[in-house]
Amino acid sequence: MALDAAWAADWARAAAASIAEHREELIDLDRAIGDGDHGENMARGFDAVLAKIDAGEFANPAEVLKTVATTLISTVGGAAGPLYGTAFLKGSMAVAGREELDADGVAAFVEAARDGVVARGKAAEGDKTMVDAWAPAATAARASAEAGDGAAAALRAAASAAAQGSDATIPLVARKGRASYLGERSAGHRDPGSRSTAYLLEAAATTAEARS
Amino acid sequence: MTVGLVLASHSRDLADGLAQLAAQMAAGVAIVDAGGTDDGGIGTSFERIAEAVAEADSGDGVVVLCDLGSAVMTAELVVETLDDEARLRVRLVDAPFVEGAVVAAVEAAQGSSLDVVARAAEDAWRAGVPAADGADPAPGAGGAVDAPVEAPARAEPAPNGPRATVVLSNPEGLHARPASLLVKTAAAFDAATTVNGADARSLLGVMALGARQGSALEIASSGPDAERAVSALVELIESGFGE
Repeated sequence: MALDAAWAADWARAAAASIAEHREELIDLDRAIGDGDHGENMARGFDAVLAKIDAGEFANPAEVLKTVATTLISTVGGAAGPLYGTAFLKGSMAVAGREELDADGVAAFVEAARDGVVARGKAAEGDKTMVDAWAPAATAARASAEAGDGAAAALRAAASAAAQGSDATIPLVARKGRASYLGERSAGHRDPGSRSTAYLLEAAATTAEARS
Repeated sequence: MTVGLVLASHSRDLADGLAQLAAQMAAGVAIVDAGGTDDGGIGTSFERIAEAVAEADSGDGVVVLCDLGSAVMTAELVVETLDDEARLRVRLVDAPFVEGAVVAAVEAAQGSSLDVVARAAEDAWRAGVPAADGADPAPGAGGAVDAPVEAPARAEPAPNGPRATVVLSNPEGLHARPASLLVKTAAAFDAATTVNGADARSLLGVMALGARQGSALEIASSGPDAERAVSALVELIESGFGE
């Protein structure tokens, strides 16, 4: 089955489940180098996403992704709200009108999401932020699409790259966000936003593989 | 009406307290606090900021000040979602939260345009905070870590214009209320006026002088209304600012 509106809704549900499952971990990660609200905020945001997805009807993936964006903007309450909101909004615009996402559509979504996060947060790779997960994910998704892979494989490539990118934030010294106030003391801790990005893309890959 | 202000903060108490502080010196200016999440917790709310922008906009425009990162990002999103016509009347400024809000409120109370109010808020980075005991002015304690640290804004001296020296008699020195009166008085004249070298139209510049009871204040001015500006300021200072 293709990556259509029903897949996008499945992804949103799986993402909500994953965030709920990892809520405590995200809280602990953020408490170490931030203000400790990331897990709580993301769980609140994705609870609201779940309600919106279950109540709505969607003609294509972009409509689902746009609903995720506007819901997160309104409900998250921390930096993750405008960042993920912008990621999903820009991503949805990149695939607007497409009935289904092929590998090129997946790459276009992830690239636009990365660009949105970079523009909103004004962070670069290596600043110890969610950009460190989004950027390698976008590169990997595009490379997979250009190699002729299918959509699910492109999402798997993105998810794996995001997870590795998140791992790579551990030794970094934060240069953006609340953790940057800690300076050198931020080294040795994983960036919470990179972790939640990896979970969201993992949910995307898993739901895509279940359909292929 | 005047330019309105929106104070976007992570904390309802912080935004509310700052709105009260700024309003003390700016009667008649719409200063709308947009702090905290919808349920009153710590965080920023898209809805609260969007509603505050609408409430503060009387048609003359709105200056939005933010405390930390996510308040800035959420306010950016609010501005981006406005229609084209409303967006032209909103300025999201990079300013120290407390000092920028106070200066912007005073500037707005004088009936200044949106651009002038926005610039006054952003100039607050350079104006410094009131210095105690001649200490170097510190940068505003806002979010921008890499903000420039510079000396207080200096206005052009008036080499050949009228000048006068008066001794400050207020027991509390040139604190916020008299400084605000001085700035409003100076702004009423078509003249470039300085007080001990600080721009007499800059509230933070005047406050940063740290003038105390017994301090000598040298007023210098140039421009069409220079004579009247100097005598009005001399009269104001000699009257003890009505205190």
